[in-house]
Amino acid sequence: MIDFGFTISPSSRINLDCIDRKSFAALAKLEPDVLKCMACGSCTASCTAGTFVPTSLRQAILMLRRGQQAQALRLLEGCMLCGKCTMVCPRGINTRNLILSVQKVYSQDDAQKEGKR
Amino acid sequence: MKKNILVIGGGPAGLEAASNLRRLGHNVILIEKEKQLGGHLAKWDRLFPDGVSAKQTLDALKSKMVGVNCFMETQIQSLNVLDRSYNAILSNGITVLADAVLLASGFDLFKARKKEEYGYGIYEGVITNADLEEAFRLGRLPEKKPQAIGFVHCVGSRDEKAGNPACSKVCCATAVKQACEIKEVYPDADVYCFYMDLRMFGRHYEDLYLKAQKQYDIRFIRGRVSEVAETADGRLQVKAEDTLSSRPLRVTLDLLVLMAGMRPSEDGRKIGKELNLTTEEDGFFSSADNLLDIQKSKLPGVFYAGACTGPKTLPDTLHEARSAALEIDRYLTSDQRQ
Amino acid sequence: MKFLLATISQTVTPEGIIDRYPNSYNHFVLPFVIGITFILVYLFIGLVRIIYHLPSQDRLQLLKSLFIPKTAWKNLKDIFCDCLLHTKIWKRKPLLGYMHSAIAFGWFMLIVLGHLEVALFAPRHLSGLSEGSLYYPIFYRFFIWMNPEHETLRGSVFLFLMDFFLLYVLSGIALAMFKRVRSIALGMRHTTKPSLADRVALYCLWAIFPLRLLAEGFTADLSGGSFLTKPLNWLFRAFFGNELNFLPTWWAYSICLGLFFLAMPFSRYMHILTEPLLILMRNAGLRVRHPRKGFAEAEIYACSSCGLCLDACPMNAQKKNLRYSSVYFIRFLRRHNTRRVNEIANKCLMCGKCATICPVGVNSHAIRQVQRESLNNKLKFNYSYLSDLNSRKDSAKGKVLYFAGCMSHLTPKIIRSVENMLEASGIQYEMLDREGGICCGRPLMLAGKTGAAKSAVAANKKAIEESGCSILLLSCPICLKIFKEEYGLENIEVLHYTQFAERLVKEGRLKLSETEQSIVYHDPCELGRGCGIYDEPRNVLNGIGRLVKAPKERDESICCGLSLGSLTLDEKDRGKIAESCVGNLMAHNPDSIVTACPMCYKALRSKADVPVKDFAEIIVENIAENNN
Repeated sequence: MIDFGFTISPSSRINLDCIDRKSFAALAKLEPDVLKCMACGSCTASCTAGTFVPTSLRQAILMLRRGQQAQALRLLEGCMLCGKCTMVCPRGINTRNLILSVQKVYSQDDAQKEGKR
Repeated sequence: MKKNILVIGGGPAGLEAASNLRRLGHNVILIEKEKQLGGHLAKWDRLFPDGVSAKQTLDALKSKMVGVNCFMETQIQSLNVLDRSYNAILSNGITVLADAVLLASGFDLFKARKKEEYGYGIYEGVITNADLEEAFRLGRLPEKKPQAIGFVHCVGSRDEKAGNPACSKVCCATAVKQACEIKEVYPDADVYCFYMDLRMFGRHYEDLYLKAQKQYDIRFIRGRVSEVAETADGRLQVKAEDTLSSRPLRVTLDLLVLMAGMRPSEDGRKIGKELNLTTEEDGFFSSADNLLDIQKSKLPGVFYAGACTGPKTLPDTLHEARSAALEIDRYLTSDQRQ
Repeated sequence: MKFLLATISQTVTPEGIIDRYPNSYNHFVLPFVIGITFILVYLFIGLVRIIYHLPSQDRLQLLKSLFIPKTAWKNLKDIFCDCLLHTKIWKRKPLLGYMHSAIAFGWFMLIVLGHLEVALFAPRHLSGLSEGSLYYPIFYRFFIWMNPEHETLRGSVFLFLMDFFLLYVLSGIALAMFKRVRSIALGMRHTTKPSLADRVALYCLWAIFPLRLLAEGFTADLSGGSFLTKPLNWLFRAFFGNELNFLPTWWAYSICLGLFFLAMPFSRYMHILTEPLLILMRNAGLRVRHPRKGFAEAEIYACSSCGLCLDACPMNAQKKNLRYSSVYFIRFLRRHNTRRVNEIANKCLMCGKCATICPVGVNSHAIRQVQRESLNNKLKFNYSYLSDLNSRKDSAKGKVLYFAGCMSHLTPKIIRSVENMLEASGIQYEMLDREGGICCGRPLMLAGKTGAAKSAVAANKKAIEESGCSILLLSCPICLKIFKEEYGLENIEVLHYTQFAERLVKEGRLKLSETEQSIVYHDPCELGRGCGIYDEPRNVLNGIGRLVKAPKERDESICCGLSLGSLTLDEKDRGKIAESCVGNLMAHNPDSIVTACPMCYKALRSKADVPVKDFAEIIVENIAENNN
C-alpha cells in the first residue's frame, strides 16, 4: 500500500481474507448443525430474550462466519436457553447446544488472547 | 390390436397424457377418485404468472379427452403384476387388463394444521392458499375489509420438522400472485409477504414480482414467521425476524394466508405400495433416472407423469405428461417388451 | 479313618463336636484369607476416601443421621429390603427379584448362621485372629468332627438351615446362569456387556456355591449334614469309596472365594458392599455435589451394572443409542473416561426413568446434572436486562395468575383452551406472559447453568409476587417443576392446570359431559416423575371418556423425545423416540391421545395417526351444557 504518511480509520468493510477460520471449524466439530443454518430468522423471531435485549442466533452465526466474534458473543449473552428456537428451526438445528458450544469455543479464544497480551 | 393403458389420476397430468395417448391410437382408461376431473386445478381460480383462468385452462384440457374412458369416483382396489401386463381391480367392480400403467397421482397439499404455531384451525383469520383460491373462485371473500394481510411462504416446505426438507416450487409465485389479487380486492389493505428466499425462476415470474412491488405495493419481508398469537380484539399478531435489518418484527394482521406446500399423494403412495414402487426420502416416487428417465419407473410398463415424482409447476406437469405419452407409445409399439 | 482320628484334638463340647485339627488351620484357607484381607483393606480405604471427599457439612449431617432413631430405623429397613430381599426388583420383575434375593439373602443367611453356629458350638474360634476367626466360621464344616451319637435338636436345626439356605442360593445361581443365556425369560430385553473383572467375579460367584455343596457333601459324614449334604455324602462314598477326595474341593472352594474378593473392587459386584453405604448417605439427605467424588462415588460403586436401565431408557428406540444409558455413564465415570462421560451427560434426555426403576436407587441424572454444571456453569452470560424490568403491582390481586411459559406460545391451542376452561368455570384470572415473558429458568438449570438460572428465577419471582395473585397456574410441566422447587413463593399456591381442573370439577364449578370415546393419557416426564402428578389428570379424564392403559405408564412412561434435558440429541433420533412413545400409547388402539405438556403435545402430534389433544383442549370440547 502507498504510505501517505497518515492513517485513516479502519475500514468498515468485512475482509474475508483476514478471517480466522480455525475457531469456526472447531465450533462445527462440536456442533455440526451450525453449518445447516439457512438464515430464515425463525429463532430470532420467537426468541424469549430477544423481547428485551438484542439476541439473535441467526445473526450470531453470520457474524462468526464473518469473523466478528465479539459481536456474535454479545448477541448470545442474554440467551436463556429456553429452547423455543430449537422448536421453530425448520432445519432442525440443535440450537441450545450450538449456543453453548459458541460460548465454549469463542470465550476460550478470548481468554487465550487476553492471556497472550 | 389396440393396447390398453390405465391412467391413474385425472389431474392435468392424467388428462394431458390420456388425450395424447388416445390420439396416438391407444385404448385409454382414466380413473379419478373425485367427482370431477382436474385435481387441484379444478379448485384453483387463476394461474400464475399471467392470471389466466384455471377453469378455461382445465376446459381446454378436457376438450381433448374425446374417446378416453373416464371412471369418476373410482379408486384402485388391487393392482397386480402379470407376465407382461397389469391387472387392476377398480372400486366400481370393473377389472382392467392394462398393457401399461401411467401413475399421475399428483400431490396432496401439506396439512397446515400440523404447523401448530401458525394457528390454522384455531384462529379464524388464518387460512391456506387453497382456501383463498376457493374464496376467489366462489366470490366468498370476507365482507369485513381486512386492514392488513400476510402471506407466509414455505408452510410445510423446506421444513425438516414438517417432514419435508424440499422446496415446493410453486408457492412463491402463487403467494405473489395471490397478494396482487387480494390487493386488487382490498386496495387499502397493507399486504405483506414473509419469505425465506423468493424463488421466481420461470418466464414472466420476475415480471409478476416487479408488478407486485410497483403496481401493488406488496411489502416483502425476508424472514420466516415463527409464531402467531391473538390480540385482545381478536386480530392476529405475527412474529418474524426482519433478517435484512436484523431485528425481530411484529405486525398485527386480519388475514394470514399459509402457503401450504406439496406432499406426495397419500392415495398415490398406496397404489405405489401395491406395485412395490420405491419412493425417495421425500416420499415422492423414485424415477429410473432423475435426468434421462423421469417418466420411467423401475417396473417395465409403469410410467409417471406430473407431481407424483416431486413438486412441479403446471407447464412442467403438462410437458411431462406429453413425454410420458410418447414414452408409453414407444414402449408399446417397439419390441422393448420382449 | 485312622488318618482322621489321629488329628482329633481333645476339646469336646456337649454336642460332641471335636476340632479335627489341633491348631484349626490348613493351607487351603490361604486363598480365602488373602482375598478377604484385600477386600477389607480396600473397603476401609474406599470408605475413608468417600467420607474425606464429602463437604464437612455433609459429613456432619451423615454422622448425626445415624443417631436419629427414625433415620436409623429407616436405614435398617432399607438395607434389609433393598440389599437383601431386593423388594424393588420383586415388585417389577418377580422372577428377577427371586434370583437376586436368593443369592443375596441366602448368602447373607449362610454367613450369619455360620457365625452363629461357631458362636454356639466353638466360641473359642471367634475370639481372635490367632484362633482363625477370619476363616474358621466359613470353613467350619471342614475343621470339626461331630459325634453322630451326640446329635442334639439345636445342632440339627442348624444343619438343616444351612442346607436349606444353600439350596436357596443354588436356585438363584441356576436362574442367574439361565439369565445369561436367555435374559428375556426374566423380563430383560437388553443386558450389559460384562468387563473382564466382571467375568472373573461372575464365574467365581457361580462356582462358589456348587463347590461349597461338593465340599460339605464330602465332609457330611464327619461334620454332620442335612437333607442336601447327607445324601450327597452317601452318593460320593458309594462312588469314590473313601474321604480323601475332599481336600481338593475345599481348596477349590477357597480359591473361588479368594478370587471373587480379589476381582470384586474392579467388578460390578462392588455394589454388594457399597449399597448399604449409599443407603445411609441417601437417608441422611445428602446430595451429589461433585460428579465423581464423595456421594457420587458411592453411587458409582453401588451401581450393579444390572442393565435394567437399558430397557427403561427411551434411547433404546435405536440400538446405537443404548450406549447413552445410565449403566454406561456410570461405567465410564468409574473408569475416569471424561470424553465419554461428557458425551453421555450432554446426550441424556434427563427423563429420570432410569432412577425410578433402578433397584439400587442410583440417581444418575443428578450426577449428570452436576457434570453439566462442571462444564457449563462457567460460561458467560449477561442478564442485567432482567433486573430493569418493571412489573405491574397488584395487577392480579387475589386472582389466578396464568403463566403459559415459552413453549406454550408455540402451541396456541393450549393457551386458548386453558383460557376457555377458566372462563367456563367463572374464574377471575390474569395472564402474566401474554406478550411474552421471562423463561422460568428450568432449561438453564438442565443445561447446567445454575447460576444463570437463579437470575431468571429472581426476576420472575419478583413479577409474580408483586402481582398479588393467590394462585399461580401453569400449563407447562417444565415450568412447574422449577416453580415448585426453586421459587419459594410465599402465600401463593403453585398449580398445574391438571391439578386446578380436578379441583374445579370436584367443586362443581366445571361440569363435564361423559362420552364413549377411549382416551390414553401420556405422562410427561417433568409432570409425572418430576412432580409426582399422575392421578389428577386421570381423575378428570375418567369423567370424559374411557381411560385405557398404556403398557408403560405413570412412572414408567416413555419420554416423548423432545425433552429439553438433552443438549446434543439430534432431530432424527428425537423423532425415533417419539415413534416408540406413540407405539406404546397406541397399544390398545385408543380414539385419542391426551397429554399435558406443550413439548409432548408437539412431539406426539408429529408421529401419531390418531388425534393428539391437550388436556385443556379435551376438557373444553366436553364441557357439559348445564355448566353455569
